[in-house]
Parts: sequence; C-alpha cells; structure tokens
Amino acid sequence: MIRSMSIGRRLTLLLAGVAALLSLLSWSMVSGLARQAAARTQDNVLAASASTIAETLRSEQGEVRLELPYSAFSMLGAISEDRVFYRVTAGERLLTGYSDLPAPEPDQANSRVTFGNGTYRGAEVRMVSVRRVVLAGDRPVSVIVTVAQTLDGVAAISGQISRFAAGLSLAFFVLAVGLSEIAVRTSLRPLNSFAQSVSRRGPSDLRPLRPGAPAELVPLRGALNRLMERLAQSIRRSEDFIAEAAHRVRTPLATVRAQAEIALRSTSDAEDRHRLRQIIRAVDESSRSAGQLLDHATVAFRAEHLARDPVDLAELVNQTTEALTPTAEMKDIELKATTVSVTVHGDAVLLYSALRNVLDNAIKYSPEDTTVRIDISEAGAEARISISDEGPGFGAGPAEELKERFRRGGNTEGVVGSGLGLTIAADVLAAHGGRLDLGAGQKGEGACVTLVLPTS
Amino acid sequence: MRFLLVEDNGELAEAVVKRLALDGHAVDHAACLAEAKEFLAGASYDLILLDVMLPDGDGRAFLAQSRAHLETPVIVLTARAQVSDRVGALDQGADDYITKPFDFSELEARCRAVLRRRGGSARNEIAMGDALFDPMSGSLRLGEDCVTLRNRETRLLEIFARHPGQTLSKGQLLDRLFSFDAEVTENAIEVYVGRLRRRIGPMGLRIETVRGLGYRLETAAG
Amino acid sequence: MRYTRLAHVLALCVGLLAMAASAQEIEDHKSYPGTGDRTLRIISTADLEVFEPYILAFQEDRPDLTVDYTVASSIELYRAIRGGGVYDLALSSAMDLQLQLANDGFARSYRSTQTDALPEWARWRDLIFAFTAESAVVILSVDSLQGAPLPLTRQELILLLREHPERFLGKVGTYDLRESGLGYLFATQEARSTDAYWRLSEVMGRLDPLLYCCSGQMVDDVISGRLVLAYNVLGSYAAERLAGETGGKVQIVRMQDFANVMLRTAIIPATAQEVEAAGALIDGLLELGLRDDPGDWPLPPLRQTGEVSSAGFGPIRLGPALMIYLDPLNRRAFLDEWENAMEQDTDPR
Repeated sequence: MIRSMSIGRRLTLLLAGVAALLSLLSWSMVSGLARQAAARTQDNVLAASASTIAETLRSEQGEVRLELPYSAFSMLGAISEDRVFYRVTAGERLLTGYSDLPAPEPDQANSRVTFGNGTYRGAEVRMVSVRRVVLAGDRPVSVIVTVAQTLDGVAAISGQISRFAAGLSLAFFVLAVGLSEIAVRTSLRPLNSFAQSVSRRGPSDLRPLRPGAPAELVPLRGALNRLMERLAQSIRRSEDFIAEAAHRVRTPLATVRAQAEIALRSTSDAEDRHRLRQIIRAVDESSRSAGQLLDHATVAFRAEHLARDPVDLAELVNQTTEALTPTAEMKDIELKATTVSVTVHGDAVLLYSALRNVLDNAIKYSPEDTTVRIDISEAGAEARISISDEGPGFGAGPAEELKERFRRGGNTEGVVGSGLGLTIAADVLAAHGGRLDLGAGQKGEGACVTLVLPTS
Repeated sequence: MRFLLVEDNGELAEAVVKRLALDGHAVDHAACLAEAKEFLAGASYDLILLDVMLPDGDGRAFLAQSRAHLETPVIVLTARAQVSDRVGALDQGADDYITKPFDFSELEARCRAVLRRRGGSARNEIAMGDALFDPMSGSLRLGEDCVTLRNRETRLLEIFARHPGQTLSKGQLLDRLFSFDAEVTENAIEVYVGRLRRRIGPMGLRIETVRGLGYRLETAAG
Repeated sequence: MRYTRLAHVLALCVGLLAMAASAQEIEDHKSYPGTGDRTLRIISTADLEVFEPYILAFQEDRPDLTVDYTVASSIELYRAIRGGGVYDLALSSAMDLQLQLANDGFARSYRSTQTDALPEWARWRDLIFAFTAESAVVILSVDSLQGAPLPLTRQELILLLREHPERFLGKVGTYDLRESGLGYLFATQEARSTDAYWRLSEVMGRLDPLLYCCSGQMVDDVISGRLVLAYNVLGSYAAERLAGETGGKVQIVRMQDFANVMLRTAIIPATAQEVEAAGALIDGLLELGLRDDPGDWPLPPLRQTGEVSSAGFGPIRLGPALMIYLDPLNRRAFLDEWENAMEQDTDPR
C-alpha cells in the first residue's frame, strides 16, 4: 500500500509527521519548562517565607519563642491565591500552626531547607521545611518551620503557558506542513519534468536522455539510457539478422531467376521454356510471399506502438503512385490520381504500405491498357482513398465476406500475396481506427477498394 | 545503356551482367564499394545498380555520402521487403529500388522511369532507316512527323531495334515483353505486332512475318 | 495591682458581653418565611436591622425561599462554621477569620458572572467575596472639644486626650480585642500600618476605657452621652445610627493619617445545603456591592469608600497574610501588649 503511494504524498506526510513530532516535543518542552519555572518560583518564595519565620526564632527564659512576621505570608499571597498552611515544631513539640501538617522528610540529615510534595486537607501541596537550631536555656533544640502552599497557582501559570505553547506549536505545525507541501512540490518538479520528457517520446525514440537531471535522478537516467541502449541494440540486432537472412535467401534466388531468364532466352524448346517459366514464377511467388510476411510482421509490430504523426494523404498517394508507375507502365496501365490535401494522424510508413499493397493488387488484376483511379475525398470525420480498377472485380457477394475470404484464403488461393496484401492493408487501417471497404467499381465493373481513415 | 553493378555476390553479378548484355547493355561489375569508387572515377555510367549489403560497408551509407557529387542515377537492389527499408533507401538519395529477386523487365521499366525523370540525361536515340527512335520516351521521328508509342509498343520496337536484321521468335518476344506472373499466349504477340505495324508504317518501317520463325524488322533503307 | 486592674477590665467586658448577649437573645435570630419549603440559612455579623432590607429584596426575587437569619459575633460565626454548623451563607466583617475558614477548607467555591465582575482585591480564590467596603471611624461628641477643632489625625487625637484627660476619663470606648474579631482585625492592621496605634492605646489605657464587643453599642453610648469618644467604630453603623441625631452633637471623624477599610465578605460554608440559593444571594449582594450610586441601602458599596479612602490606603488585603495575627502565638503576644496598654494606672495624679 505505502509502496504505491506517491512520493509527494509520502514526503508531505513524512514531513508533516516530523513537524507534528517537533511541535509536540516543543510544546511538551515549553510546558515542562514553564511548570518547572513556576514550581521553582513557588519553591523560592516558600523557602523565603519559611526562612523569614525561622529568623524570628529566639530563646526567652528557656523557651523557644517566635512570631510570624506579616511578610512571611504576604509574600505568598503576592504570587498566587493559593491556600497556605504552616507548622512550627521544636523537637517533638508543636509551637504553632497546623498540627497535622506533614513535613517533608529531609533527604540529608543536616540540610537546612527541604522541599517536598504532599496532600493536605484534600489538596496537593508543595511544602518546604527550614530547620534551625535554637538554644533553649542550655540545650539546643531543633526547630522546624514548615510552610505549605497548594499548587493551583503553579498549575494556572504553567497551564496558561502550556496553552499558549500549544497554540504556538499548532501554528508552527500548520506553517511547517504548508512549507513542506511547497518544498515537496518544488523538489519533485524535476522528477515530474523528467517523467514527462520520457513519456513525451515517440514509441521508437530510443535516443539517450539529455543530461541535466538533478543528481538523484542521474542513476535513473543512466539506467533508462542503458535500457534504451540495450533495447535499441536488440532491435538493431534483430533487424540486422532479418536483413542478413533475407539477403542470404534472396540473393541466390535472384541468381536463379536471372539464370533462368538467360536460359529462357537461349532455348526455343517449348518444354524447356515452359519449365523455365515455372521456375521463374515459383521464385517470384516465394519472394513475394516472403516479402509480404515480413511486411505483415512489420505492420503488426508498428501497429502496437502506433505513431501519430500528421500525414498528408495527397503526398502519400503521389509517392505511392510514382513508385508503382513503372510497374503499371509495363502493362500500359495508366495510374490516374485525383488528390486533395487531407491530413490524418498516423504512421506514414504503415499507411504507405497499405496503399501500396492495395494499388499493387489493382495493377496486378487490371487488364492491359486500362486505367486505375486513385481518388482522395473527405466526408465528415472520414478521409477516403479509393482505388478503382477495370479488372474482373471481386465477383458477386457482400464485401465483408470478400474481405474475410481474402483474409482466410490468402495462402490457399494459389495467388500468393494478393490476399495477404489486403489483409495487411486492413490491419493497418484497423490500427488507425479506420477500415478497408471492398466493393464494385462505379459502373458496377471492376473493383473498388477504399481506405477509410478518421481525420480527427 | 551503360550500367555499373555494385554487387558482392559473384554468381548473381555474373548472371545480371549476362542477362543485361542480352538486351544490349554494357555492364561493369564492382564487388565492393572501393571498387565501385574506382570505376566511377574512371568512367561515366547511365545508371548504378547498388546492392545495400556489401563487404566493405552499407550501400545506403555510400549513397548518403556520395550523393552530393554523384550525378548518376542509382537504383538500389535490396533483399528486404520491409517498407521502412524502401523508404529509407529513397530518403538517402536512391532514385528507386527493386527487391531481389527481380524481374528484368521491371528493372528495365524502372530504369527507364528513372532516366526519364532525370530528364534524358542518357539520350540513346537509335537510327532506324530514316527515322530516329528514342526508346526512353517512346518517340519515333521522321522529319517533321513524330509518333509517340505506347509502352509495350516502345519496348517491342526496341527489341527489334536492338537486333537489327534478326528474326525474333514469338517466344523470344513474349519473354521480353511480358512478366512471368500472367499466362500470356503467343496470340498476344500477334496483337501487339499488328498494332506496332500500324504505328510505324508511316515512318517507313515494316515488320515482316517470317513464317514459322517469327518476325523481322525491315527498315525502308534495308 | 496588675491583676486587679485586669480583673476590672475583664469584669467590665463580661458585663458588657452579658448585656450584649441578652440583647442578642431577642434579636439574634429571625426567620423570613417563604412560600416554599426550602430554607436559606444565613449566619451573619450584621445587625438585623442593617441587613433586613437585603433579605426582603432577595425574597422579592425568590419568594419561595424561607430565609433564616442568625446574628453572631465574628468569633462566634467563625467557631460555628469551624465546628460544622450547618449554614448556607456566612457573612462576616472579620476578613481574617473568613480567610482562615476559606484557607482551611471550610468554604465552598462559587463562580458566576457577578463574581467574575469583582475586582481582584474584592475576592479570594472563588471562595470569599466582598460586597461592602466600610471604614473605621472615630465618633466623638462635639461638647468634649469645647471649641477646639476636630482631631483629624491620631497625633491630634493623642494630644487632645493627653491635654484634657478630665474630659475623657471613663468616657472613651473601643473594641475589646479579645471578644471582637473586627476589633482585633482593625487593631492588628492599624498596628502594622502606623506606630501611632500603640501610643494612642497607651493614652486611652490611662483614661480607663470602656471595652465593647460591637460597634452598635459604642455608637448608642456616644449618643446617650455615656461616652464622649468611640474609637474604631464602623462608619456605616455610625452613619446609620446618627441619622436621627440632630444638632451635630456627635461627629464622625475619619482619621487622615491612616484609616482601615474593612471588606464585609461572604463565604458559602462547606456544610451548605442550599448552595444555589446562597450563590443567588451572593450575586445579589455583589450586584449591590458594585453599584455606583450609594442609594438608600444601609451598607455602602465597594467602590464608594474604596475610592474616597484610596487616597493612600486601600481596603485590607484579602490574602493568607491575614492569618498571621490569628496565629495563637501572635495573638497571644498582641493581646498581651494590648492589655498592658489598656491596664495602666487610671490615676496618674
């Protein structure tokens, strides 16, 4: 659970926790100090009060005498409205005061002033005892003056300071949380912009990330760069492998084909010629099917990480038409393109592949001396490229069935590539959110294949 | 036409050279980029046929670096059928590409298209009697008169022009005129020969039928 | 000699006490019946006729309550509360005794908006609340001056008494500190504040003073002519009693060198049963205590006297220091000294 929490929230919570802890700590420290200071003040006054009384101790006619000075209690009254109790004993004898007032146990036998806490008449009291030895006649008598005061004043003062400190700590906490929120946002900004710079990249952009990340992100950047480097290498290697394999296979095929053509030139034997033509056709078929299988794989790969670049369909049509003009010319087929500029978003390479496959097909099935028309139109949110020929068409039956037939029967038809070519085109269009429409030509003759693409 | 073939596979190169020679083209063969550079330094070519995978480098890299000073059009021979590869070759300065194994009639068609695009840098007009035949544009001129032949007519006439005085069988013509993927009968040859006769007749050219053997071009002078 | 003198003084005191007691037996207790069956029991040092208006005013607000009013001397009151007597409210002029009661846990704390409105000097620990401020005054019969100006300080008073003992002999009255809590409070506070007190005491002691338990009787005796001078009389009582007196024969003099100001205080004893009613009465008393206009009430408010006499001396401070003179040792010492002053030879000649 905590692992999936955002760093920002985690940091904010953590800092808030720290701030809360510090606030609590400072509050308890201030409260403690206030209590201590108040208690010490009370102790001092109590001690002064008891000492003032002890000062008046004297011996008269063998008796210990004393009088309570007014100031002894007025000083206690000056610091708080606490209740005051007192007791003066000479040895075991009570001289005056509250006979049942407990006296604090002196922690050292001969310490002069002893403090202590206790309960008297239902209230917590702070007590102080001052010991003084008075010579009564000829014997020394230990006189203990005990003054006690309730703790309400101390509690009031420390409570007041504690409340003030609590308010201050709370304000500190709120401020700290606000500041930490800002701090977190500020310090996470590089991370966010880093993440954005990674996610903004196109699917095939494997260039290393630019330097300039904060020190903490350098390892991540390094790791990402290494990963992309490995990925790029792996892609390069597999591309190289495919290229090498294709090269190895196709070059001998090319040799065979060339030799077969040469042989065809040099023989007039009808049977030999027939065989040679079969060889050449077989080479062409295997070459075409290998090419289209590779194309199909390319399409499948690229469709998964579809680029969304602006593509001008007019340019695409011109490029394709130009590339296929020599092929068409061989059959005296005219390619007639009517273009308007329409921009769609997609993978130019895939769209080129789709259009080329469809056009290639149209040329292949067109009779000599005919025209293949390529028209671009835009209707609603759709752009269409229609390729219509004057060939035999797809025959009777619904278009969808035809498409299915092409999909399914590509390899069983004996005309390798034609079916797969349309399948490639249909896959490309589906990946772009479009479709491939198959139908009859305008006058019910020939075939009309339409590439439909969304414009938005 | 004069070709420079850059191809490391000896057997293929030999077959291509031989095959192109059959159509009357002169071909120099370089087995690597270094050799190709030597040939280019010493002679001028109408067209370069460039393999992309060569022992001393990538043909496309060579293209990219030599494109600036090389005026000769280039057709890349690629073993890949990948769309991306084709586009890449064009981007790096090739005029066209053709996938191995290739149909020589398609190669010829592409060569013509490339040369035509380049504005007839190689003008190989053939004198046929009093007429001048440009196999590139398919034009046949006699004085002020000029006819433009269609593609297949041009190529049929070219075949006769390359083999002056020879009798060419229907089978030979069929091989050169049609690709191999369609079943074409020898009757088609008769149709095209008939068409061509009507077009070139006014220019003083005749196609004789040599019974049982084939056809032969007769110039008015001959 | 010494003992006879003391016996004489004591006998006088006892006689006076007996008189007072007999007088109190008639008036020491009165019940003001209410409509309900609850009874608010008050023990107070204030004379009935002084406090009656307050009770009647209170009953106008709370007619259901029966008010049971007992008059006692401040020492009796103190002993009654300490001894566990059941009262709902104790009103006393002896601040020190009230404070001792509160300090020792015999008072119950009470808080209301009225008690919060009290100035700090007029309360202690939510236990004691002052509702009047009354000063100690000297009253004397103008005839005794025989044309001389009124003595305004103790020094002038001492001179007057010393120079004309024949006018004052046996006709000077003051509190018997042994019996009167208020007298003892006045005396100790005065002794603490001015050394003239002891000199004055000695001068009075030579004049064979009469000792009283209560202000009221002293005032009565001045009016009746038995006394020509009464020292440390509650100003409020004097004013009350002299209201009917004509001709200005008796003057109230406030000493200007020092004047005690006593706060009449209320506590709710720990034994109280009608705490709520007691609180309500305290609130009423405090409201009157805080009034600005003295009005028609028998007892003065807190501020009037406070302000007038605050020309130097505030009211006696409520605080633990008041307990100092209640300490038995101190009390004994103080009373010894006082008795010594009071028992001098009456016949110097």
